[in-house]
Parts: sequence; structure tokens; C-alpha cells
Amino acid sequence: MTTKELQIKSIQYRKNILKYIMGAKAGHTGGSLSCTDILNVLYNEVLNVSPSNIHSPDRDRYIQSKGHCVEALYVVLADKGFFPEKDLETLCRYQSHYIGHPTKKVNGVEQNTGALGHGLPISVGVALAAKMDQRSYRTYTLMGDGELPEGSNWEAALSAAQYQLDNLCAIIDKNGLQITAATKDVCNTDPLDKKWESFGWSVREVDGNNVEELKAAFDSLPFEKGKPSVIIARTVKGKGVSFMENQLKWHHGVPDKEQYETAQQELDLALTNV
Amino acid sequence: MADQPNTNNYQANLDIFSATLQELAAADKNIIAITSDSRGSGKLVPFGKKFPEQMVEVGIAEQNLVGVAAGLASCGKKVFAVSPACFLTARALEQIKNDVAYSDNPVKLIGISAGLSYGALGSTHHSLHDFAALRAIHNIKVIAPADNFETAAAIRLAASLPEPIYIRFGKKPMPPLKQENMDQFEFGKGRVITEGNDLAIIACGETVYPALQAAIRLKEEGIDCTVVSMHTIKPLDTALLEKLATKCKAMITVEEHHVNGGLGEACAAYLFQQQVSLPFRIMAIPDEYTVTGSQLEIFEHYGISEKGIASTGRGLLEKINIKADQLDSAAKN
Repeated sequence: MTTKELQIKSIQYRKNILKYIMGAKAGHTGGSLSCTDILNVLYNEVLNVSPSNIHSPDRDRYIQSKGHCVEALYVVLADKGFFPEKDLETLCRYQSHYIGHPTKKVNGVEQNTGALGHGLPISVGVALAAKMDQRSYRTYTLMGDGELPEGSNWEAALSAAQYQLDNLCAIIDKNGLQITAATKDVCNTDPLDKKWESFGWSVREVDGNNVEELKAAFDSLPFEKGKPSVIIARTVKGKGVSFMENQLKWHHGVPDKEQYETAQQELDLALTNV
Repeated sequence: MADQPNTNNYQANLDIFSATLQELAAADKNIIAITSDSRGSGKLVPFGKKFPEQMVEVGIAEQNLVGVAAGLASCGKKVFAVSPACFLTARALEQIKNDVAYSDNPVKLIGISAGLSYGALGSTHHSLHDFAALRAIHNIKVIAPADNFETAAAIRLAASLPEPIYIRFGKKPMPPLKQENMDQFEFGKGRVITEGNDLAIIACGETVYPALQAAIRLKEEGIDCTVVSMHTIKPLDTALLEKLATKCKAMITVEEHHVNGGLGEACAAYLFQQQVSLPFRIMAIPDEYTVTGSQLEIFEHYGISEKGIASTGRGLLEKINIKADQLDSAAKN
């Protein structure tokens, strides 16, 4: 895809994220909007995964550690044809598989996640299996900056370096906010680059809402041979909707009818300006 | 009275686990052992030397142990995650619940030095909660083999089944429960060690042996016991349980576990809901700060011994007899 096509995709994804959150009257709005560009670039430019090869042992693996931002994942998977988009009308409904965190009952989802600090350890296992079997697939995991205080992440970071998992890429959606307050005021994890470097990872920092920068980073994986890679993606929580951007209350806020229409109008306008 | 076994002649279930896993690994390169600095205590040093490509070490990090194991299992590896039961099932409980059971990643969780095996090291190192914790999680079998035969069979069977399984055992040499064993081993099917119609003793893990000794002692007193190794705590062999509860006059359960949430409560809950009522006692570690001492001393303190189990059984039956006598005399009067 061209940069312009990717930018258009991101806006369309954001429109759909809001649509289905509105329908479900539930969802993690701000975080889904912050990681939209990351998922867009991964599924449209990077991952060797599609509905036709989802059971192939050689497919790339994407494991979403920040499972609460499942709406972004579902919207992208629907767009890629893993299931009919209409299924998302059942989001969070009684007996629906489309619950508020990823489950493997949804086609295209690799692992059940939702409790934080689980994606990276599982991804280490998946990447290690590739090394054991000499398979060339890569493993990607998306983490939120708010989940980094979970100790299991750092246990896994050590193992990834120990086993020289250069087929593993962690992406940190660094939107700077979590449910209580700014991440730096809740439990500061900065400087992230130095922390990951000291854990034996190769680090790159990008504008995580810039599809070109994201693509360039993914294209240069692994950043160093013999080391796991981490992309610190600086993002804006609530990206794309002016009144949601960097506003704590949109962590899992659901817009009212008027807010929803304003948001969709803003995104429509953005589409014409790409 | 049964003789005390000369335990020097016997092997620990832990040793049998290690030997069996090595046999399996030699035949299948997808068998993986993953440890948390526990290869020594898991008797897996020879495994690591023979199969270095099939051994994963994560250091002292049990949450990561289980998460990595889940990732490996999701890629077709037959993963045995080996760690002391106390840490494995408490520190990594969320990973067991989410990454293994809920996600249906078929990891075999091996809880070594389980129950009170670490004895005098104290409560931090005891796993008296593991049955209770894992029984409340869907999609994981809970297994406590009693002797070497059950341990080897459980490990082989676990390797062949693509599902989450927890197996826990101790490190003490264990005598065989039967000298000539012709039993088949199946998860979810209790193993009847000896049969009698007076008292049913349902035990698991290392407590089956003292239960059998108690049965031998009671037999000399004219009390016939059925002893079952209920190696599968979940799913429970409810058919056998109900049969024994109907056949025998009283029932005792014995386990190396806290009294709450273990084998005994599982049996009681099932029978009560089937309207099957009989004199019943749970022999387990009570809800208190566990007495300090060796595994054997703690067992004896709480009556989990030949003497203690026999005494509890005798007492239950005496109460029935006294009640029967009273009813008899009341009828005569």
C-alpha cells in the first residue's frame, strides 16, 4: 500500500472502532485509537498472515498483550477477511465470541489475552519454538506502556535476550496514559529505551501514529542480529478525534450520540484531507 | 501390623518422572522440559545433558515459565513445565488460568516436591492449596500419583494427550502399592488397591501408602477396608465413589493438602448432592498455621499415618456400632 492508502485505512479503521464501541456501549476507546496505525501497518504491510494461511506453522504471529484494545484488533481482522464485519454487531453481547478481550474463538486471534503482562512471555515461547524448528516466521506482540510495571514482562524480556530471539519484536504503544492518570505519575517506567537496552534488547523509537515511520522500523527488523527488537511507539491516546486526544476519561469512555456524530464528522473530514 | 518399609529399596516418584521423561524425549524431539532454576530439584540434570535442544531454562521466574511454556505448546511442543508445586501453582496461578487452561494450550505442569515434601523449610515451600486452586479452574486435569507405577503411567499418558494437565508428586522413595500390578492407568478412574466392605479409604499421592498400612492393621482387627488411590482429583471418579459409598459403612478421605477445597471436599460435595449419606471424615491439613517439622512429623501430627488413619476408621465404625446397639436396645424396650 502507498502511504496515502495506509493513512486512509487508519481513518476508516478508527471510524469502525467508534462504530462498534458505540454499538456495544462498551470498549477501550482511547487505547484502540492510539494503536490503530500500528495494527494497520502490521496487518497490511508486515505480517505474513491471512485467512488462507492462519493454520500454517510458518505464518507470522501477532499476539496482543494489551488485550483490552480488542476493538482495534477486531476491526482490522474483519477488514482482512478473517470474519464478516457484520459479526462485530454482536460485540460484548450475550453468547457472542466477540468479547471485550481477544479469544481464539475469533478467527485470526492467536492467543487469549486480557490480563496484562501475559503477551510477552507467550511470545517468547512462540519465538523460541520457531528457533527450535528452524522456521522463519516472526513473532510480534503489542504492549501498552501502562502494563509495563507487570513483573512478568521483565522476566520475559530477560529470557528473550538469553535465547537471542531476534525473530521477536515487541511494540510498546506509548500513549502515556492509563486508567488512573498519566503513566509517569502512576508508576514511571521511563527511560524506556535505556531499560530495554539494559535488558539486552535492540531499541528503536518512532512516532507510532506515523505509518511511514512504523513501516520503516518493521522493514529493518531485526534491528540487531542475535537480539530481540522493541519498537517504542510514541502515540496519542484517542488519536484522530480532537476531544478524545490525550483525555484520560476516554480510556474506556463511550461517546453519546452527539459526540459520536462529531467524531465521525472529524474523521470524514480527515479522509478528505489525506 | 504392617512393617515399616525399608525405603532405601524404593525410588521416589520424582526419579521415575525424570527417567520417564527422558525415555519420551529420546523418542520425540517435540518433548520439551522447561525449568525455573529447578533442573536439579526436578532431577533433570541428565535430561539437560542428553537433550540440550529440548531443555529450556528461564531462571527463577515462574510466571514466565508458564507463559513461555504456553507459547511453546501453542506451536506443537509437548511441554513439561517443571517447578516446585508451591511456586508453580501460586506465583504462576494467573498464567495457569489464562495462558494454559483458558487458552487451551496443552502444557503439562509438573509440581515437584509437592504438598509437605519440603517439610521443615516451612509454609512458603508447602503446596497445600494447589488442588483447591486448580479445581476451580476449567480445563485442567489435577493428578497426584501415589507410587512409581502411577507416576510413570501419568507422565506417559500426559505426553500423549493434547490438553492441560497438572501432575504433582513428592521426592520421598515410595513403595509399590501392589507387588504384582496388573492395573491399567487412566485419568479420572480411581485405582482400587484393596477391597473390603466395612470402610472405604479414598486417598491420593503419598498418603495412599499409609492408608494401605492402616487397612492392613484394621484387617487384623476384623475390619475390612477398600483403599483407593484417587490419583485424579479432577475429574473425580464419581462412579467409583458412589459405588463405595453404597457398599461400605463409612468413608475416610486422606490427602496431603489443606482441608479446604481438596479431594475430601470434592468427594463430600458429590456424595451429598447424590443424597448418599454415610459417616464421613476428611483427613487433611487443618486450617491453621501448619505445625513445623519434617514431612513425616507433620503427617503424624495431623494423624495422616497408619496409626492415625486406622484410629479414625475404627472410631467412625464404633460410632455406627454404638448407634446400632442403642437402636437395638430401644427396639427391645
